[in-house]
Amino acid sequence: MNARPNDTADTHAADAAPYDVARVRADFPVFGTTVRGKRLAFLDTAASAQQPRAVIDAIADYQRTSHANVHRGVYQLSQKATDAFEGARERVRRFIGAASLREVIFTRGTTESINLVAQSWGRRLGPGDEILITWMEHHANIVPWQMLCERSGATLKVAPIDRRGELDLDAFRALLSPRTRLVAFTQVSNALGTVLPIREMIAAAKAYGALTLVDGAQAVAHQRIDVQSLGCDFYAFSSHKLYGPTGIGVLYGREAVLRDMPPWQGGGDMILTVSFTGTTYNELPFRFEAGTPNISGAVGLAAAIDWLDALGIERAHAHEQGLLRRATEALSRIPGLRIIGEAAHKGAVISFTLEGVHPHDLGTILDAEGVAVRTGHHCAMPVMEFFDVPATARASFGCYSDDEDIAQLVAALGHAREVFG
Amino acid sequence: MDLKDLYRDVILDHNKRPRNFGRLEPCDCAADGNNPLCGDRLTVTLRLEGDRIADIRFEGKGCAISTASASLMTEAVKGLDRASVERLHGLVHQTLTAPVESALPEGLGKIAALTGVREFPARVKCASLSWHTLAAALAQQAAPGASVAPVSTE
Repeated sequence: MNARPNDTADTHAADAAPYDVARVRADFPVFGTTVRGKRLAFLDTAASAQQPRAVIDAIADYQRTSHANVHRGVYQLSQKATDAFEGARERVRRFIGAASLREVIFTRGTTESINLVAQSWGRRLGPGDEILITWMEHHANIVPWQMLCERSGATLKVAPIDRRGELDLDAFRALLSPRTRLVAFTQVSNALGTVLPIREMIAAAKAYGALTLVDGAQAVAHQRIDVQSLGCDFYAFSSHKLYGPTGIGVLYGREAVLRDMPPWQGGGDMILTVSFTGTTYNELPFRFEAGTPNISGAVGLAAAIDWLDALGIERAHAHEQGLLRRATEALSRIPGLRIIGEAAHKGAVISFTLEGVHPHDLGTILDAEGVAVRTGHHCAMPVMEFFDVPATARASFGCYSDDEDIAQLVAALGHAREVFG
Repeated sequence: MDLKDLYRDVILDHNKRPRNFGRLEPCDCAADGNNPLCGDRLTVTLRLEGDRIADIRFEGKGCAISTASASLMTEAVKGLDRASVERLHGLVHQTLTAPVESALPEGLGKIAALTGVREFPARVKCASLSWHTLAAALAQQAAPGASVAPVSTE
């Protein structure tokens, strides 16, 4: 791995040891439970990851001993809460390599992060301006831009994908022009698993002076992110895909860009002074955080980052890639099973259909066998349409997934075949 | 909870060989229904004789539960008048949402095969989609010019 000055000694120590998935699983209370009397094979980490004990405990400890509102009271408890919340911001800053705390905005999640940019930065757009996205975006990275285009008269352009689920990089480049103001794309497709060539995409966008927004929801738990090295203007992600709690996420924004953006929600905390003749807004990042934030969520997110750093994100990634390879091989041997998304570089996500069994029926049958997979359109209906399927089943892996999960999935698929004859 | 209870032979048979599949052209009324969560989509077309459903067809793509439910529905409602269709819709709704151990209402006929759905709350929408779509088609015919937006279970 690439050692970074802010890596903890623990991380390096962990590097030397072999990856012990049983020990990783032991950190997650949920694996002590059963589903309908069966072992839980949780293969839906791409939708939401399970939380380790360290996160659950950190949130509970905060609630028990440190909760008050932040940035307000002069009393000790409020100071403790503020320290915990701002400490979490610093933890996130180090995790993604942001240059300053002013660049780390807490939001409800990736979706809100993208909406913040669309609503605030987007106010400057007008007819003739263009936004470029890709065909494999999650609805959260499509709809806010459609809404912005409707409001502003700007035009939304969509870069095509091919049958393997790869971005057509030449077509992407050809869609860029001096009219392109923002390029927004996912780092890893949630529906197909495709890892996009985001460095090339960012460089191409920059050549036209366009800003870049990376949807990192599916990437951030599986590879080390350094926003400065990437050179993107915005990076959005959610805590709950990073083994943290739901209801909190992050928008990284480059300070020079954020500085020129108007507030988007008004309220407490985002102001310096309020009078009926006018209001002055708070500095970054608070200007974009109106109202009492999700304090315990931030504490949980910081604990999740600590936990994942101690485990070693690169080691977890290598483990997940091994599972992806073995699961792809095992599923490919099942007659009538079609894998949707066969990019050369994939995150640990396998979308598939089984001939003669609708994905929704498959979901129910797998559930009866203790196997949790996502079935549906994965909030990526254009992708489903492109591959001409109404829905797919999707198995996705995390740091705690193991080969028994794969075996259980394969056996359950055999069972589905029996039920449907 | 038993999968066999959900995927009974009648359900599997109607999924594999849906009855009254296709589209009536011309028809007296039609409606589209979709279940965005799982991507089920279907269209119901009807021919009426007075107050009675003279003929009915459905087409679309969906899971086994939604396909079988639509197929069973077309068999059950053919020849019925509006009031009887409404009554049967009520019985089906009751069946799908009643507590698991409760007794079945009388008069379900073959539709009783859908009873197992109530053990799978996530699947109730699949089974009820065709009935909501039929109701929308009949309502549209009763009030022409009314909204023709597709029925959605979301």
